[in-house]
Amino acid sequence: MTVAAADPATTDQDLKAAEIRVAAANRAVQAREKRGRWGLVSPAMIIIALFGIGPLLIVLVYSFLEAGTYGGVKWNFTPDAYVQFLFEKDLFDDTHLIFTYSYLQIFGRSIMLAGITTVICLFLGYPCAYFMATRPPQQRAFWVFVITLPFWTNLLIRTYAMFVILRDDGIINNALMNAGLIASPLQIMFTDTAIAIGLLYAFLPFMVLPLYASLEKLDFRYVEAGYDLYATRGRVLRRIIIPLTKPGIVAGSILVFIPAIGAYVTPTLLGGGKQLMIGNLIALQFGSSRDWPFGCAAALILMVMVMIALMIYVRNTSRGGVVHG
Amino acid sequence: MADSDAIEVRGLTKQFGNGADSVTALDNVSLSIRQNEFFTLLGPSGCGKTTLLRLIAGFELPTRGNVLLEGQSVVHLPPNERPVNTVFQSYALFPHMTVAQNIAFGLEMRGRPRKEIDGTVEEMLALVQMTGLAARKSSQLSGGQQQRVALARALANHPKVLLLDEPLSALDLKLRQGMRAELKALQKRTGITFIFVTHDQEEALTMSDRIAVMSHGKVQQLGGPLEIYEQPVNRFVADFIGDTNFITAAVETSGDGMVACRAASGLSMLVAPVGEPATGDSVTLALRPEKIQLKPGGTAQVELSMYVGTDTSYEIRLPDDSRMAVRLQNALDGRPAFQVGDAVSVEVSPGAARMLLD
Repeated sequence: MTVAAADPATTDQDLKAAEIRVAAANRAVQAREKRGRWGLVSPAMIIIALFGIGPLLIVLVYSFLEAGTYGGVKWNFTPDAYVQFLFEKDLFDDTHLIFTYSYLQIFGRSIMLAGITTVICLFLGYPCAYFMATRPPQQRAFWVFVITLPFWTNLLIRTYAMFVILRDDGIINNALMNAGLIASPLQIMFTDTAIAIGLLYAFLPFMVLPLYASLEKLDFRYVEAGYDLYATRGRVLRRIIIPLTKPGIVAGSILVFIPAIGAYVTPTLLGGGKQLMIGNLIALQFGSSRDWPFGCAAALILMVMVMIALMIYVRNTSRGGVVHG
Repeated sequence: MADSDAIEVRGLTKQFGNGADSVTALDNVSLSIRQNEFFTLLGPSGCGKTTLLRLIAGFELPTRGNVLLEGQSVVHLPPNERPVNTVFQSYALFPHMTVAQNIAFGLEMRGRPRKEIDGTVEEMLALVQMTGLAARKSSQLSGGQQQRVALARALANHPKVLLLDEPLSALDLKLRQGMRAELKALQKRTGITFIFVTHDQEEALTMSDRIAVMSHGKVQQLGGPLEIYEQPVNRFVADFIGDTNFITAAVETSGDGMVACRAASGLSMLVAPVGEPATGDSVTLALRPEKIQLKPGGTAQVELSMYVGTDTSYEIRLPDDSRMAVRLQNALDGRPAFQVGDAVSVEVSPGAARMLLD
């Protein structure tokens, strides 16, 4: 390309000068963007580092120390806390270890209860979220409001309120007896069933909200296309709606499973201290048992288990990756 | 029954909403669509064309009326029980499936054997020239490719009727023009009745065997492309399809054959009569800009000139200050025949103008 009237030498110089100016402007923009990025993220980063990673490191260190007699720790390195998780020491011979699964049982119960809670939440939450997402747009905010209504009251109060429903002369037992279905009250309080019902109630909104977000974004033309291609209602649900809302299912399941497995308030109250979950076990170590290292170890084992479960879950559900939009 | 119409629509009415807020999207529409026809529903947005298509597909239930497919009423059936398939405006390809899975979906739902499905998928991919892309996800396809997959997905089921809801509107101009010819060829090759919805008059004119021009939930005119363009029955059709000058004129002499009409500007035209206009009646004439000749020298003046490549569009001011659009082909060297300010005279050949009913 030539510029007809200009002297080639001048044009070259002009271009050189412009190039230098553009490069300088580019560097300035990049520097500003970099400063801006760090300026925006650093407050959150500092809090996460100080109050998230810091305590985690303390927990890690404490789990390898010896328990103090009245709580706290003695600064002697020992893996005892982890050994204690699987083995108990022979009463008479300190070096003789006996395999025990009482703690594994508590972990197993926690995983089972959290798993059952997640699955039931999913089955109850999906139709609910579907209903919300298919309302006219101006009504949806109302339904989201209704779902978040329980958050207005403390979980402790709400869990105590469940006593009234679940106890021997509570609403459920009275109704069943009045209907003549049972002769004597069912024992619901202080059982795994009571804990499961409590967890279900406490965490259902955490399932419904991500499912709703996913279903609301779902393009219903895909559903129409499914019907157009001879799919029945059940098949449209299984082959189109559920696969397309998988991100919501994954998010909801994670949001329910993780807090449920570490739940403390619900099993403490509704389990009556008889049916321990991991949360109770850990709390016990920092309370009456005065075994901080074992509490720390149990917390870390829980964390690692949750992380592994999550990785397996996410890998399995993201296969055939659904990213729609 | 090969001799019955592919689709017959009888007195179809669709109202949305209830009571005072209700909107009539489709108002007592009756029409027949023949076997192997490329039939177009043409109209501006909100004219009811998409509603009519959705009623035929089964996505909506009519307020009143009947839909017959090859003589059988299907008006009560859900979409998955109607042997018609749709190509959606934005294709609606399932994003979590590959191209092949998309095409196989309808056959799978009808429980065809795997071997037959695989064969049909191959055949369809070849038909729309997409062989080799079977394993792609729909998000990895260009707009034109998605369009082809959507066609293949619908055609794989060998529908009695294929419904196309503005399938070309998402493509850019060049691709759109190419797809027109391809769609038309595909329709001829497969022998399937196509019902095509569009607001683009050029698409309608180039592809269709017959066109139903719609407005306000009613069919305004039904006919072949030539008929629709050359003999519009009313002001809406004449205005919506192509450019038109509307001229109010008085009937001067009436008799059999042509009628002489004179506009306020003094322009005199010989027109084929519609109905029985009497001398002195005021009528509306439609006159296409390309059917007017300009001669140098006269009482009219060129006010505006717009060069559009093959032609030049002029705006002519007539002696009574009314304006008229004229379109003339450019000379061989591409130069417009007239300049702004030139004095010209306007001539209209007998039969060039068309008398409208309203």
